[in-house]
Amino acid sequence: MAEHNGTWWIWKVFWILLIVTTVEVVLGIIKPEFMLTQVAGTSILNYVFLILTIFKAAYIVQVFMHVKFENKAMKYSLYLPTLILIPYLTFILLTEGSYLFQ
Amino acid sequence: MASTAEMKEENHWGGSSRPLGARYGKLMMWFFLLSDALTFSGFLTAYGLMRFKYEKTWPIAENVFTHFPGIEGDQPLLYVALMTFILIMSSVTMVLAVNAGEKMNRGAVTNWMLLTIIGGLIFVGSQAWEWYHFISGDSGAIETDHAEILHVYNEEGERLSFSQLVHGMENGHASNHGETFTKEEVLSALKANTTYYLQEPGKAGEKFDHVASVNFLEQGDIVQGANMTHNEYGRKQFANFFFFITGFHGFHVFSGVVINFVIFYNILLGTYERRGHYRMVEKVGLYWHFVDLVWVFVFTFFYLV
Repeated sequence: MAEHNGTWWIWKVFWILLIVTTVEVVLGIIKPEFMLTQVAGTSILNYVFLILTIFKAAYIVQVFMHVKFENKAMKYSLYLPTLILIPYLTFILLTEGSYLFQ
Repeated sequence: MASTAEMKEENHWGGSSRPLGARYGKLMMWFFLLSDALTFSGFLTAYGLMRFKYEKTWPIAENVFTHFPGIEGDQPLLYVALMTFILIMSSVTMVLAVNAGEKMNRGAVTNWMLLTIIGGLIFVGSQAWEWYHFISGDSGAIETDHAEILHVYNEEGERLSFSQLVHGMENGHASNHGETFTKEEVLSALKANTTYYLQEPGKAGEKFDHVASVNFLEQGDIVQGANMTHNEYGRKQFANFFFFITGFHGFHVFSGVVINFVIFYNILLGTYERRGHYRMVEKVGLYWHFVDLVWVFVFTFFYLV
């Protein structure tokens, strides 16, 4: 198991998650004009949301779910299926979705 | 080198080798979570497919979920931000419970588990509140005979509720507040106000002039609220995916609360104290964090993007 002293590392992740969520909500409410430029199918703002989401997800999986402290074989068997299959499925369905009316 | 390799070979046959370095129960929980992650990604990408298909008229979430308890008017994203905060908080108390379990601190595990359960219950309750408002509806809409949803606007381009349309701008509310209207009331009010027009929802919904608008309502009907077949906010697929994905997630939270309660009860009975370890808390902890993880994605794809 992980070697940790105290609980500071838990609260660190808590603050990261809270701050990132707050940033997302503020961006979602004000929707800055310069971020609405369309790049490759969607706005810059949506890319920012996507990156922040993956950032949060990484912290939850790595620290809260302890994957950071697992051995290499365990990490690969968890990460490879998800990181290959999910982006693949997403890419195919979103591409198909934008052609469904043509 | 050769001798250590031989030693390892022997260990394999002895059954003591643990290539993944995790115990059976934890490994099985991870396998379940992996398959569950793929299930959820299937749902969310299916949602994305529909959204890309109907990109122009897909309802914008911040125009749909605008309520906050005790505050009148438009409060986009605030309520769901609060729900996210509650779930993150309950995830934190769960890590603290697991952490206390590793140190065999029974009192601390008990308290943190209790807080985690309370957080989960508040989240499920908040979701019920959100569903209630989604189902009972807000402004009302017109559904054409081709099942297209249209919203009422005035000459300044402001969205009007049925309440404002029928009772007039001064007397009406921006939300219908549960008042039900008939097609005749809405139709005569729309006919009387010749500057009002109908428009499709979404980023690039089409506008129709007054004559066409009245014609649409005469041929069609009014919709108030949302269910699996009619949805005043826009495409019925939006409501279907909302009910299905947040419902499936809410069911996970509910099961999580039940499982957490079973573990909590066992902590009170001293089961894990007698067993000598709190690994069960770690296993339900994984499940609970997973529920939080899924919510992070649901929050982004349903409410933000």
